[in-house]
Formats: sequence, C-alpha cells, structure tokens
Amino acid sequence: MVTTTERGGSGQDIRRDNPIKAFFRATELDTRILGMVGAMLVIWVIFDVWSGMLRPNEGLFGGAFLTPRNLWTLLVQTSSIAVMTTGMVLVIVMREIDLSVGSMLSMVAVFGAVLQVYHLGPALGVGHPAIWIIAMAACLLAGTLVGAFNGYLIAFLQIPSFIVTLGGLIAYKGVAFLLASGETVAPMDKTFKIVGGGVPEGWLGPFWSWTLGILACIGIVLALISGRKQRKKFGFPLRPIWAEVTLAAIGSAAVLGTTRVVTSYPWPFKLIEQYATANNVPIPQGVEDKSGAAICMAGDQIVRCTDGLIYYTGYAAPVLIALIVGGAMTFLASRTRFGRYIYAIGGNPEAAQLAGINTRLVTVKVFALMGFLVGLSAIIASARLDAATNALGQSNELYVIAAAVIGGTSLAGGVGTVYGALLGALTMQSIQSGMQLLNLPAAFQDIVVGTVLVIAVFVDQLYRRRIK
Amino acid sequence: MATPLVELRNISIAFGGIKAVDNVTVDLYPGEVVGLLGHNGAGKSTLIKCLSGAYRRDSGQILINGEEVQINNPRDAKALGIETIYQALALADNVDAAANLYLGREILTRWGTLDDVAMEAEARKVMGRLNPNFRRFKEPAKSLSGGQRQSVAIARAILFNARILIMDEPTAALGPHETQMVADLIHELKRQGLGIFLIDHDVHSVKKLCDRAAVMKNGQLVGIVKVDEVTEDDILAMIILGKRPDQLTPKDKEAVH
Repeated sequence: MVTTTERGGSGQDIRRDNPIKAFFRATELDTRILGMVGAMLVIWVIFDVWSGMLRPNEGLFGGAFLTPRNLWTLLVQTSSIAVMTTGMVLVIVMREIDLSVGSMLSMVAVFGAVLQVYHLGPALGVGHPAIWIIAMAACLLAGTLVGAFNGYLIAFLQIPSFIVTLGGLIAYKGVAFLLASGETVAPMDKTFKIVGGGVPEGWLGPFWSWTLGILACIGIVLALISGRKQRKKFGFPLRPIWAEVTLAAIGSAAVLGTTRVVTSYPWPFKLIEQYATANNVPIPQGVEDKSGAAICMAGDQIVRCTDGLIYYTGYAAPVLIALIVGGAMTFLASRTRFGRYIYAIGGNPEAAQLAGINTRLVTVKVFALMGFLVGLSAIIASARLDAATNALGQSNELYVIAAAVIGGTSLAGGVGTVYGALLGALTMQSIQSGMQLLNLPAAFQDIVVGTVLVIAVFVDQLYRRRIK
Repeated sequence: MATPLVELRNISIAFGGIKAVDNVTVDLYPGEVVGLLGHNGAGKSTLIKCLSGAYRRDSGQILINGEEVQINNPRDAKALGIETIYQALALADNVDAAANLYLGREILTRWGTLDDVAMEAEARKVMGRLNPNFRRFKEPAKSLSGGQRQSVAIARAILFNARILIMDEPTAALGPHETQMVADLIHELKRQGLGIFLIDHDVHSVKKLCDRAAVMKNGQLVGIVKVDEVTEDDILAMIILGKRPDQLTPKDKEAVH
C-alpha cells in the first residue's frame, strides 16, 4: 500500500519516478497525444526544409510549408474531414463503423445545391436571405435522417453496420448522381458560400480572431481552476500548482500560436484591391514591390508593395465550425450521459445493456449524429467548392476513418478521443498538402497516406503494449 | 406466515423449442439467502435473468411483496430494488470504477452534465467500506484485479439500496481472502434484511452461506430444502440424480458417494 503524501492527480506515488515521468504523472498529459503532436511537427519541419531545398520561400525553415498561407489553407482543407471525424470516433468507439459518409456527403451536398439552385433560387429570387437558411437546414436535416435510417437498420433490424453502410456507400452515390443527373450544380447562394471560407465574409479578421483566442485562453484557465476547486471540495488528490500552470501555459500557447498564424495570412492581393475600390478605402502612396502582400498607389496605378493597405484573414468560417464542433463533441463524449453510454457500450455492450442502458436507442442517436455532421460537412465542402457534384465526397469515408484511427481510436471499440481524431485529420491533411507542395504525383501521395495509416496503427499498438 | 419478498410462480421460458426453464416456482424472504444449484444448463441463470430483466419469461408471474409486477428489462428490475451481480462481472472495461458504479444512473450536475467528482466521492465512500485497500479510482476497469473488479460489481449492487440481490457465482474468480470478504458481506446484507438469490456450483459454500437451497435439473425444479436439515450429499444427490432426499433409495445414496 502506498503511504506517501506527494501524489499526482491520479493518486499515484510520483516521488520515485524520474523527473520526466513525474512531469507527465503530475500534469496527467496524454503522452500518446503529445507523441502525435510531436510526430506532426516533425512532418511539418521536414516538408518545410524539403520544399525550401527545391525553391526557397518564406517558411520558418526556408520552405513553403511553415508559412501562414500554407498553414491557413491546411486548416481550411482539414475542416470538412475534421467535422465528420469527430462523429466517426463515437461510431467506432461504439464498435460500429460508417462507410457511407463519403457518398452521403455527395448526396446531401447535391440535394442542397439542387434545392437552392433549381428550386429556391427561381422561386424566391436569387440571393433571397431565406435561401441559405432553408438550404442549410435541409442539408442538416437530410443528413440526420439518413444517419438515423442507417442507425435504425443497424440497431433494430440487427444488420451489421459494416453491411448497412457499405450498402449506403454504393446506394447513396447512386442517389447523388440521380438528383442532378450527374451534373455539377453551381453556383451556390452568396451567403451559403461564406461557410466555405473562400470569400472575405467568411474570414473573422484579426480583431475578432484575437478576441476569440484570448477568450479561449481565459476559458482554459477557468476550467482548470474550477476542476481544481471541485476536487479540493471533495478532498481528492490535487495536481501540484506548477503542473496546473504548465497546463494552462501549454493550452494558451497553442491557442495564441494558432491565432498568430491565421492572423498573419493576408487577403489575396486582388481581393484587397476589389474591397478598397468597392468601399472607397483610401490607398496610400508607395513604392512597387512585387513580393509584398499589401497594395499601394504608384501614381494612379494600384500596385503591390510591402508597406501599404493590407487586410489579414484570421480564422476562416469552416475552421471555426470545425473547432466549435470539436469542442461540442468533446463535451458530449466526456461530460454527458450520452457520451458515457457510448463508451460503456464500446467497452462491454452486454454490461451496458444489463446496466439498463437502451443500447439500441443510443446506436440510432450516434448514427443520426454522424449523419448530422455529414450534413454539416456537405455544406462546408459545397460552399468551399461553390458547387456540388456527385464526386464531392468521394473516398471521404476512408479519410475520415483513417483520421480517427491515426488519432488513436481503436477499431475494437471503447477507446478513442475527439481531439485525437482531430489531430489525426490534421496530420493526414498535412501529409497530403505537403506532398502537393513538393509536386509529388497524386499516386505517390496515395501510397504514402496508406503507408502512414498502417505505420501509425502499428506504432500505437507498440505504445499500448508497452504501457500495459 | 410473512409475505415473501419475491415469488417466482410457474416461470417458463424456452429458446428455440428447448425449455430452458420449465414451470419453476421459488420464493425468497427478507433476510434470507436462497441458493440456486444445478449443473451447467440446468436453467438457474436463465431463471434468475427473468427476475433481473435480462430475459422476458414466456409465462408465469413475478410477485414482489405479494404484488404482481411486470419486469421487461433491467431498468424495470432496478426500479423495484432488484440488483444483480453477474458471473461475467458485467463491467465496462474501458471506464473507471466510479463510472461503472453509476452506469445507467449517473449523478448529474445542475446543468445536466456528468458530475464525475461527486460520483468519485461516493465511489470512494462505498469502496472504502468494501475494500479499504482500493486506490485505483482513475484507472479503467480492465486494469483491475479479479477481486477489485468483484468489489466494484458488489459496490454497484449495494450502492442503490437494493432490497433483492442476485449473485451469480460471486466468488468464482476470487482467491480465498476475497471469497471470505464476499461471505462476510453476504452476512451483513442479510442482517440488513435484504433477500439474496445466490447461484453457485459449490455445494459446500451454499451450505455455509444459504438458508435454503433450490436445486434445478434440465430446466425443472427438483426441490427446495432447508440447508441445515440436509447433508451436502443430499444436495449433491438432488443435483446429480434430480431426486429429493425423501425420494432417494439406498442405492442412490451409494452412487453419490
């Protein structure tokens, strides 16, 4: 029996451990996740150095990867997959799988596009404010219903989820094709498009981005304080103060660092010019500099320069949505009954049922939630593309599942976290866009992504075996 | 005579034409331990699952305190104060002790979120009574030892003031020390007036822990005897031969020996 008084938050004796172990014990940081973050940072540095060797750029290590522009784009590109991944984690934790998300995304996106372009537009007049509201609500509702339908077949008719959603993968793709006879449906409603983050209205700008970042930091500190208070009230072992401070510092640094990056990415030069002329913003005089991101007047001509009128993007709408969804899903998974039941079912379905949990209803709800998130991703993807096609979500199911698995979700069920899966999505997208920067052929990218998936799971298993 | 706490009357349940439980009647009084014995497949676990809500009986009645009740799922049973400790130690392996204790009955904060801290506090209290050495409140159940898991399972059953406790081979996976702990606990719960159904293979422990023993064979009830009026051999004969002590021939008695 342990009788020492100095303990980590988990109540274990930390005195005999070496300093590194003691640090992780005391802060209760997930070493697995830290390892993943580390691996991702290594990948980033490699891409930056490598791309810099091909063509020097303004990145942190002289390449094109660690630039605000690339990182901003990376976040935007990740968001559609990231949103779906948060739901896939819960599906997989519950020992189920959803292979239909990619086809469902195409189907819902085409449905939403047909609705606004062929029906609502002509009926209400293009640009009518009701269009985007109806279209988005219809996408979310359609996704939820289709997901609930999948869940019903799985939970009540007891058809394995692999089969139900494999059928969905094939069938929903067919529906997506039929809805628009295989045509590309475009363009999207002006307001609808904001969600894609491709237009200035979809960018938060530096002021609000920083406000949000600082609020998030305050939130982190408050959460740590309230957690400590709670544990103190019941007389539980507490983390050392230095560990709490370290956690707050790490969290805040991550938030502020991200904010710094996204607020350093200027609007495209052409958009600054358009915006300035449209809104009669005075453009200062300056000297032309083709490498600058700002605009100046050189005589009566608008030119690029280093020191002139400039706007920065800040957080893009899809990234904000993915972050909010990530936060909400983490809350759902860890702080609510519903989340607890999902994990319990994944850990031991029979035990969950014997404990009085309505496992069938939970299954339907999880698949409905997955469908809702697919609907949201369909909105993001079609808004970003400014069009919907029946190929929009192609192979997305594979990326979504891969992201969840790279992020530490066990296909055996019961284990997985939302933030891990988000990191998995970001890692996978990093590899893909990194290789695009290096101009590697698409076939090669596929090979690398597939290999990384397998290696990631292998390393994860080694890790788990070691800590057992 | 006092009203029985539980009466299972003429319970039958069949799976695919095979009668797993065939017209069985058993009762249980407050402060009493009734052992259920029989070979594997004799139907004792199946019978008890009708009471715990895991199975739905095909026919028969269940009476609690003399009133007929409907038990269609585990929630119904729990609402009536019937708690079950399953043989397979029905714990969710991936969540911690407190989460398992409160599975399906979580304590919520006033905002409707899980109150993990309050649950851990209660868990520490109840586990402190049952198994004072237990410290691993933050670890998933799969990393606990057999005895620790069993104490979590028992704690879960008594945490919600059960009136009727069903224990399915509670000591099967335990060492001698932990087995004694369970025996002490059964005596304590009995003293508090709970009724306990104890499913067990071991005639010796049934004789020690139970007031009466109900023996089943091939889905049917062989008989119910008071354990201090019969010998272990008598009970064994009921299990093996399916005959009550008064039906035994001298030859039967020899066969059992």
